[in-house]
Amino acid sequence: MSQAVETTVRKRIRSRKRVERLFGMVCFAALLLSALLLFALVWGVAKDGIGRLNWSFIDSFPSRIASRAGIKAALAGTLWIIGLTILIAVPIGLASAVYLEEVAPKNRLVRIIELNVANLAGVPSILYGLLGLAVFVRWMDLGRTVLAGALTLSLLILPMIIITAQEALRAVPRAYREGSLALGTTPWRTTLKITLPCALPGILTGVILSVSRAMGETAPLITIGALTYVAFTPTGPNDGFTALPIQIFNWASRPQAAFHENAAASIIVLLAVLLGMNLIAIVLRDRARRKA
Amino acid sequence: MVAALKRIRWSESPLTVVCFLAALVSILTTAGIVLVLAVETFGFFREVSLVEFLTGREWAPMFKPQHFGVLPLVAGTAMIAVGSAIIAIPLGLLSAIYLSEYASPGVHRILKPIIELLAGVPTVVYGYFGLTMVTPLLQRFFPEVGVFNAASGAIVVGIMILPTVSSLCEDALAAVPKEMRYGGYGIGSTKFEVTSRIVVPAALSGISAAFVLAISRAVGETMAVTLAAGMTPKLTMNPGESIQTMTAYIVQVSLGDTPAGTIVYQTIFAVGALLFLITLGMNILARRFVQRFSLKDQ
Repeated sequence: MSQAVETTVRKRIRSRKRVERLFGMVCFAALLLSALLLFALVWGVAKDGIGRLNWSFIDSFPSRIASRAGIKAALAGTLWIIGLTILIAVPIGLASAVYLEEVAPKNRLVRIIELNVANLAGVPSILYGLLGLAVFVRWMDLGRTVLAGALTLSLLILPMIIITAQEALRAVPRAYREGSLALGTTPWRTTLKITLPCALPGILTGVILSVSRAMGETAPLITIGALTYVAFTPTGPNDGFTALPIQIFNWASRPQAAFHENAAASIIVLLAVLLGMNLIAIVLRDRARRKA
Repeated sequence: MVAALKRIRWSESPLTVVCFLAALVSILTTAGIVLVLAVETFGFFREVSLVEFLTGREWAPMFKPQHFGVLPLVAGTAMIAVGSAIIAIPLGLLSAIYLSEYASPGVHRILKPIIELLAGVPTVVYGYFGLTMVTPLLQRFFPEVGVFNAASGAIVVGIMILPTVSSLCEDALAAVPKEMRYGGYGIGSTKFEVTSRIVVPAALSGISAAFVLAISRAVGETMAVTLAAGMTPKLTMNPGESIQTMTAYIVQVSLGDTPAGTIVYQTIFAVGALLFLITLGMNILARRFVQRFSLKDQ
């Protein structure tokens, strides 16, 4: 090879390597920007709201005077709604997943249900609100109550619970089930004693992520007509309610800066709970994956 | 024989029936959504012609004279969807490429959860972010931008769907067999060449599905656009103006006390039905992309 050709080739290799490095940096910058946006968001909210955050803010009802208002009613409403949602959605979701993954033969009906669940997962949350408004609030005449809200949110997170629970069940090795069946255990006992316990970390991850999604949902609750000004805490499923995200929306949509501070302080409370839950879910999942 | 025995054993238990009924709940949910939307929308179209709804250029159901042209709401939604895609698609894809092709396992294990945490932030928080941080920032550079504006809505929705884009794209990239990459490296290609000419083209259908799913989320997004982009149905191309999306209209009506059976009550279901059809269409399209991908794989 002549000297000239060799220098050209070397030059070409150098420039290709430069492109490689440059592209890596561009990709890294994109990722860094995404992460920075999260920090900008959290930091901005924290800066606005931290001054308002104290015990009387958490323990007061809303007020027309921004500095006296608090999130007691919203917090209680959220706890009621989420508690009921867990009671409704988790058993139904788990039972569906067990049916689809363990019990049912792979026939047409199961395929239709699975396709249907996948489609439901893509339906915008506000449409569940319209469903809840027409069915729970009007047709079943539950009114704008905690129960109507919890039923609506349950339907909303059901597809997510089913899909994640199915994935968790699918990840349990076949040999576990076969070993148990070979000992003469009935299929149901195998499911309850072997398969479900093995899938538990995965199922739990899905449940936590789904519940945290329900906790942050605003649109469906507004659509079913949840109240925006509530000066009491619900005492039962048939009471009216407001929820933390609705309270945030209400305060954020007012023009006065003092109410924005209240919104920011409520966001800190909500985010602390949600990000905490998500963190637990992610850690649980990673641990389960590494074991597998 | 064994399978038949297993079937009998399953069906012996009442638990099987309970689980079957639970699985039917999801079918009932779909039926409920379709039925509710269809019934109220049917009532709506007895008062308003389909042509007026789909081609009218003015949306004012709550004023006299009433106008029922849905185009301004569709245009507002489209503006948010396109704007957010411009932000989320490049950033999301590049992040995914970094995570899947460049990052060491250690870096991957730290950065991926951070991106996933972004996905857990409720949309109303993004709304607050848009209204109190993004809009003032925009106003500093473009003083004519309003308190509520489409650009701010599109930016926050873009940030919101970013984790969806990046994690779905990463799944698509990770599904490309290692051997294809080794083939590229074997003939002396750089990482950039392997990524851009082998991995990304091989994962293209999965990546397209990720884009479509993310945009469909942007279309259905509600609280962020209600707070940041405003409540003014308007046919405009100016991102500095206040607009209204389909979802924001439903919220606006829900905040008031609208009696059932009135035409205004029916409009939210008609708009909801349109939203349902659009997002369903996009989700089906995304599934097509994925199916084509897995067929090619075999």
